[in-house]
Amino acid sequence: MIQPYRRHSPDSQPSSLYEPYRATVLRAPKKPPIFVPHTLSEVTGPVYGHADISPTDSDLTRQHSGEPQGERIIVNGRILDDGGLPVRHTLVEIWQTNAAGRYLHTKDNHPAPLDPNFTGAGRVLTDENGEYRFVTIRPGAYPWRNHNNAWRPAHIHFSLLGPSFITRLVTQMYFPGDPLLAFDPIFQSIPDERARQRLQASFDLQVTQPEWALGFRFDIVLRGREGTPFEDHR
Amino acid sequence: MSGENLVPSASQTVGPFFRLGLRESKIIASSTARGHHLRLICRVFDGAGDPVSDAAIEIWQADADGRYRHPDDLQENTIAVDPSFRGFGRAFTQDDGSCEFETIKPGRVPAPSGSLQAPHFNVSVFARGVLKRLPTRIYFAGESTNAEDTILAMVPEDRRDTLMAKPSPHDPTIWYFEVHLCGERETVFFDL
Repeated sequence: MIQPYRRHSPDSQPSSLYEPYRATVLRAPKKPPIFVPHTLSEVTGPVYGHADISPTDSDLTRQHSGEPQGERIIVNGRILDDGGLPVRHTLVEIWQTNAAGRYLHTKDNHPAPLDPNFTGAGRVLTDENGEYRFVTIRPGAYPWRNHNNAWRPAHIHFSLLGPSFITRLVTQMYFPGDPLLAFDPIFQSIPDERARQRLQASFDLQVTQPEWALGFRFDIVLRGREGTPFEDHR
Repeated sequence: MSGENLVPSASQTVGPFFRLGLRESKIIASSTARGHHLRLICRVFDGAGDPVSDAAIEIWQADADGRYRHPDDLQENTIAVDPSFRGFGRAFTQDDGSCEFETIKPGRVPAPSGSLQAPHFNVSVFARGVLKRLPTRIYFAGESTNAEDTILAMVPEDRRDTLMAKPSPHDPTIWYFEVHLCGERETVFFDL
């Protein structure tokens, strides 16, 4: 007996095609996706363990011999399912630019300096309460060629596996009050305003450490299971 | 569990720089794993027919006995779990839009109806310009059990071919699969 996952509510997710984000035009499927039931294939998924993670993986400021340039920040939050239950021991992977808005990537030609003490990649497992915590550097905004004078708001990419194939999610965390959000077609591709707001971290004085780093809270909600077994719905 | 449900967080594109944060793991099953070994070569194309060189493909699959390495798979374990089998792979496309995996042919897993599904890979496609993960499946062309598969049966007959990997005419252990994000040969993607 397979306990299925709840389906997405309308407008909480972007459509594949959002023309202001130009790359979607030739890359978005034009036919509607085919609705299928959840089988054992979809309710299972890859499992990672502590052996896959080292302690410096979650502190992006300690991965090199020196300290990276920029504003040190703490990003923490909870991964919950849509029923409010913590998603325990799940892999959270992040990547981001350095403080100058430059990715350590061969295809990034933005003429901003690389930082020899910053890679910009991290990974961690959530704890018993679904909590995760990263120490990093506040990323910078950077230009891209989507439209004239286009700049991506500062963001951190988040990748989550969750407990199953269904729960796989890649998203981005933005910073509160960033004026570039209003002009960013990737952020604006999400139809529902509240859903957009939920991708903005909140400044958190509780997380902030005196004399050391500002704290931001960013909670992520993954899909959860329906309360009743699959057969009862057919 | 109580009250109102939370709304799942919105998806965003992986962008062009995901190689920085996501780790590639092309070996789903190593050479000592039980089963029929194969190389799965995927190519990703956009709506103009051009190769997509900044896509990531993830595969989740059952082992040769049709079991998933996951606590929700409650099928009776009469055979010890195979340590050479991981079940999960992630590969990034090259300039020609291709990427490849080393794996084994998955066994048949149960379907909700009580029957068995045809051998298949569960696939997620990510790319710059792809705002949300595109889920699809890869089946094996010419596999007789495809006709009994309840998920394939939900796909219009004239589009089922988009879900079929094809064997190399020169080497039966090499299978090719094309992902067409859109265009005339658009791959079937699923609403899960």
